[in-house]
Amino acid sequence: MTRTHSGAWWLWALGLAVVASRTTNPVLLALVAAVAGFVAVTCRAAAPWSSAYGMFLKLGLAVLGIRLVFHVLVGGFTGTTVLFTLPEIPLPDWAAGIRIGGPVTAEGLAHALYLGLQLATLLCCVGAANALADPRRLLKSVPAALYEVSAAVVVALTLAPQLAVSARSVRRARMLRGDPARGRRAIRTLLVPVLEDGLDRSLHLAAAMDSRGYGRTAGLPRRTRVLTALLVFGGLIGLCVGAYGLLDSAAPAIIGAPTLLLGVLLAVTGLLIGSRRVRRTRYRPDKWTVRSVLIACSGLAAGAVTIVADSLGTADLVPTTSPLSFPDLPLLPSAGVLIALLPVALVRRETRS
Amino acid sequence: MIRFDNVSVTYNGADRPTLSGIDLFVPEGELCLVVGSTGAGKSTLLRAVNGLVPHFTGGKLTGRVVVDGRDTATHPPRELADVVGLVGQDPVAGFVTDSVEEELAYSMESLAVPETVMRKRVEETVDLLGLADLRGRALATLSGGQQQRVAIGAALTAHPRVLVLDEPTSALDPGAAEDVLAAVHRLVHDLGMTVLVAEHRLERVAQYADRVIWLPGGGAAPVDGDPGTVLAEAPVAPPVVRLGQLAGWSPPPVSIRDARRLAGPLRERLEPITPPVSESVSGREILAATGVTVRYGNTTAVSGVDLKVTTGERVAVMGRNGSGKSSLLWALQGSGKRSGGAVVVDGADPAKLKPPARRAKIGMVPQQPADLLYLHTVATECAQADTESGRPEGTCRALVDSLAPGIPDDRHPRDLSEGQRLALVLGIALTPSPDVLLLDEPTRGLDYPAKTRLAEALRALSRDGHAVVLATHDVEFVAEVATRVVVTADGEIVADGPVEQVVTSSPVFAPQVAKVLAPRPWLTVAAVETALATR
Repeated sequence: MTRTHSGAWWLWALGLAVVASRTTNPVLLALVAAVAGFVAVTCRAAAPWSSAYGMFLKLGLAVLGIRLVFHVLVGGFTGTTVLFTLPEIPLPDWAAGIRIGGPVTAEGLAHALYLGLQLATLLCCVGAANALADPRRLLKSVPAALYEVSAAVVVALTLAPQLAVSARSVRRARMLRGDPARGRRAIRTLLVPVLEDGLDRSLHLAAAMDSRGYGRTAGLPRRTRVLTALLVFGGLIGLCVGAYGLLDSAAPAIIGAPTLLLGVLLAVTGLLIGSRRVRRTRYRPDKWTVRSVLIACSGLAAGAVTIVADSLGTADLVPTTSPLSFPDLPLLPSAGVLIALLPVALVRRETRS
Repeated sequence: MIRFDNVSVTYNGADRPTLSGIDLFVPEGELCLVVGSTGAGKSTLLRAVNGLVPHFTGGKLTGRVVVDGRDTATHPPRELADVVGLVGQDPVAGFVTDSVEEELAYSMESLAVPETVMRKRVEETVDLLGLADLRGRALATLSGGQQQRVAIGAALTAHPRVLVLDEPTSALDPGAAEDVLAAVHRLVHDLGMTVLVAEHRLERVAQYADRVIWLPGGGAAPVDGDPGTVLAEAPVAPPVVRLGQLAGWSPPPVSIRDARRLAGPLRERLEPITPPVSESVSGREILAATGVTVRYGNTTAVSGVDLKVTTGERVAVMGRNGSGKSSLLWALQGSGKRSGGAVVVDGADPAKLKPPARRAKIGMVPQQPADLLYLHTVATECAQADTESGRPEGTCRALVDSLAPGIPDDRHPRDLSEGQRLALVLGIALTPSPDVLLLDEPTRGLDYPAKTRLAEALRALSRDGHAVVLATHDVEFVAEVATRVVVTADGEIVADGPVEQVVTSSPVFAPQVAKVLAPRPWLTVAAVETALATR
């Protein structure tokens, strides 16, 4: 079976995340989380990272719980249906507007629940992408001009668990000296060996990379380097502003899609100029097969449908909580989200044939 | 293939050269073994081959090093990556990626090898080194021997003409070491690769070498030539060579096969003598472990181990990489995890004691002795050990001096040689005079003279009534020092008995002398020497 491009899964998840960021409707949010989870579970490969969805789901639920607890304690949204009243802590005048304890309303709780659910759903989308494609493989697909950056990130990702291991062994060894290692002294007695170890490792790694030909073809002329950096940096700013405009429905239309497009254009040009001179090959690179494109498109279509529905203003994307009413199922966006189930059909067909 | 012309290397700040006057020529297709005491400059010599010395390490190199027609003065390591493959002492430290296949491909990616060629070469290398089952695995989940094979494979995929290996078997159990060396041997014979290898455990490598280069250290010129002849002169030599010298075989054989063919008369001379058995110990029981179990998540590292140790005993725990030796030692000491069972040391459970009281009963030298050290001079480390143990000032220093005399007070612990650092850590562990001393892989990085000193120190300890338990892969060291051997597999004890019975019953754990003089259980050259002298 050919591997789906990691980028395809991340684009697919991005599409779902766009839906989640546009709505606080709990029914739609639950649908998004369910679709993301279903696809993650059916399409993931047997790989060390494929259990990521469950982890992110738990994280999302924790976020939801924290959001609710904070709402109950600190309040911040008033309504008429008081469920119960907590003893209120009186605060001095200068803290006017802040309230600890006091009445907890059904409207407020619903509002907090919707917002928390939105965050949890976004986390589910990230989790699904993590389960389906190793983020490190994604780094391998970056343009050659960014190779140094991606190598640094990969090394850092590998080094972090190694440092944790070395900290554990040093702590254990410290117990052998009868030194329970607490307080300020502990920092020194633990940190010195761990950092020395980290430094040693980095030197070994640098020597190994050098002996294995790292940086053989480095040395772009200065002008190209500056031009690439400027274009990429400008492009990234455009991307950020554009994405913000697209996701925040209150932003003026000009900040949305056009800025995003301009950013993409700048960044791509910069990377192409930079990559032309780098001579490196890639072992089994991810390829944009028809299947990969279809998967990416299915996720992005879900996002696009929600944006269209939002601009038409017909769908109940941000249900009111005051007065409290049960939110409707927004038909058009829900149909859009269901498009994102396409990968399941593609993978099923693959395994059958 | 490799030529050194009058090469000298002086590191910055060093008052004398690490290597000087090296003239060497290694022809194509030769497996060349570099030997020497610790600090003789073996690693420096190896790293000069691909230009890491001096391009990466700094320092000054005079003379010329030419590899496959390329001078390292004008070619930095990355420009030699297609000619020289280098595998360092610690394979994990050299891994750039995190999965087996990508690690194998890394050098080729840097060398811009076309994609189709890369696929083919990865497949070839996977077959050559027996990595087929591991190709999709994450590097962190592999055992030591597997990691070492991946590191060699990663150097091979670039199709270098020279392979440089720095202590390729130091971290491996005897079986895994044999796998790795067999793979290297195949490369030399099938592909005509030139291999330069440095190793302390000569009993494992010497038989494969075509030639030996001995670096005497201290600026003296290297001696090179036929393995047997050179090793007989050098202070470091495997037991089989020492046995050959004792028996007057010339030139001394380096392989068991050659030695056995010559050993007929020696076996006859030894026939009327009974091999010495390990002195019987009549101490009191000091350590009793029953049903010790250690679990990490779903894996059981140690399962239901019973072990009793009496004072004056020296117990060696052997077994392959990952058979639970370290976990068992840590569980016995009480600082490590113990999921079940009971441990009693001198009437108390060490895990329930506070760390200072615990170390006064049962001390331990961990696998990485440097983890115990965090101060900046030897003197402050010793003083700290005295205060930690509540002993009079100078106790630790005196212990360290008795183990390795002449370590300067103001030296930084990191700058000590492996043997000196081990002596310092051993001194620190012995300062509170614990009843039981545990050692995890104490001979890693030690040369033969240092190992002999360590063996003497451990024997002296058990004479004073301490019990010693050590986990090790080093069969020769076990033959020299242990009175009893415990073999573990999959976290269980599969054999437990006097050293001469256990090690001679399995070829993997048998020392060289025992293999040559089989079936009689002679274990060490020293035992044979004493027997012949007293007859």
